[in-house]
Amino acid sequence: MAREAYSQLMKAINEKKFVFTGEIEPLKTTDPHEIIEVAKAHLGYAVACNVTDNPKSCAYMSSLVASYIIQKETGMEAVYQLCVRDRNRLALFSDVLGAAALGIRNILSLSGDHTTFSDNPGAKPVYDLDSAQLVYMVRKAVDEGKDLMGLPIERPPKLHIGMAGNPNADPLEPELLKIDRKVKIGADFMQTQVVFEMDRTKSFLKEMGRYDIPVIVGTFPCKSYGVADFFNKNIPGVSVPSDFMDKLKKASEIKDKVARASRYDEINIEFFTDFIRELKKTTHAAGCHIMAVGYERLVKPLVENVQRTSA
Amino acid sequence: MIVMRQKPLEEILNSLGDAESVLIVGCDGCAGIYQVGGQKQAEMMEALLEIGKKLRQKKDLKVKPLTLLRQCDLRMVATGLRPLIEDYQAVLSLACGVGVQTIAQVFEDKIVVPANDTKFIGMEDRELGNLYEYCRACGDCVLYETGGICPVARCAKSIKNGPCGGQAKGKCEVGNYTRDCAWVLIWESLKKKGRLDSFAKFRPPEDRAEKAQPGEIKSGAEG
Repeated sequence: MAREAYSQLMKAINEKKFVFTGEIEPLKTTDPHEIIEVAKAHLGYAVACNVTDNPKSCAYMSSLVASYIIQKETGMEAVYQLCVRDRNRLALFSDVLGAAALGIRNILSLSGDHTTFSDNPGAKPVYDLDSAQLVYMVRKAVDEGKDLMGLPIERPPKLHIGMAGNPNADPLEPELLKIDRKVKIGADFMQTQVVFEMDRTKSFLKEMGRYDIPVIVGTFPCKSYGVADFFNKNIPGVSVPSDFMDKLKKASEIKDKVARASRYDEINIEFFTDFIRELKKTTHAAGCHIMAVGYERLVKPLVENVQRTSA
Repeated sequence: MIVMRQKPLEEILNSLGDAESVLIVGCDGCAGIYQVGGQKQAEMMEALLEIGKKLRQKKDLKVKPLTLLRQCDLRMVATGLRPLIEDYQAVLSLACGVGVQTIAQVFEDKIVVPANDTKFIGMEDRELGNLYEYCRACGDCVLYETGGICPVARCAKSIKNGPCGGQAKGKCEVGNYTRDCAWVLIWESLKKKGRLDSFAKFRPPEDRAEKAQPGEIKSGAEG
């Protein structure tokens, strides 16, 4: 049974609208200009945007602060990503209360890329809680108005807690059992890792059918052939379809920069429109998470094209 | 067993500084078994310090190697080193960090230098000659629940509700997919035992209060 919706994202999901979420990556800066511009590029096309929390363990602007800034400056709703890697339970709890006080209504619980990948690799990884235990902590705060020790919270937070799922996991069974755990603890929604293959996506969503959790499928438009090639070669389990790769490769040979970028856009819009339309038509996916990092210009034409062609 | 690795000689020499007499103290416990700090290594260290003496153009350096049965035993350290230790300015311990501290505690006026870095509590695979961390001494053993594989020591994130998203084909992304993902091993182990219910179980946040302070078990205490 769907819980009361505190956020626009959850409201749209509960209304069975096919949702789009975007991705915003604060960097090593104090200048909020860029994240504001990226958020604006999603306005009207995504119901909410994830704000990444030190991705690849790199020390960037706080995702809590960035989430607040984009909500305040643009009205774009944030999905505040919160990693258990950098904070113990005290800091996590403080940030959850702080987020709620700042009007943030969605949190995505993540374990976070390990500190050995960091731009400060000497950092101590915390992992006092794991991502499932963070879901548990937030659930307790929201539903019972209590902290982990059962101490009461004055005016408990009203927000949703999301989890990640990996359709590319191999072996898949332990991943499914893990998902089972987190759903039972009470995650409100799931966003998946990047997936390019429709068959894999469908079989994962079929598995998810047994759970009462909305699943938002992760996609990653490829700004260049190099990006797609990187996914193929470096992200385990991710396989970029060869026809899409071939088209991107061909586009990479176009000499004129503007024409090349335009061709990349066309290829991505075509591929992801088909992908998303298929998702909408044949699966129970609650939506699509478009990780157009550094490629936010694609969000508008892509979503418009999906809407136009699915109408 | 406690696993150690010898420090670079240069670091040892730097720590010994101007000491003109050094008592090299090996340990027949873990250090001896792993051949990083037994009698043989104590004698080898004597030779190394002789070389170091020449390299650093020291005039005099009196060195003597010996080995104790266990450097982590207060009484063995006290009786084993007294009165010999009085003739030496510095002690070079070839034991783990516990051995170094035990000597330092008994002989407060001596400079005690560790020859090793204490790495972890581990298992040795003699065929491969490899050592693996298997226990973090967390004080709250879950090995029954996890099929005999410790997620605290063997998962890079030490999580209790794994696997995380960083495994591929059963390998962990930390270390570039060369190590096994502990949670895939746990899944395989519990599956073989028909105990996947234990895998699927949610483990709530653990109480870390005990490990947040120095460990101590008093005589006669149960815990």
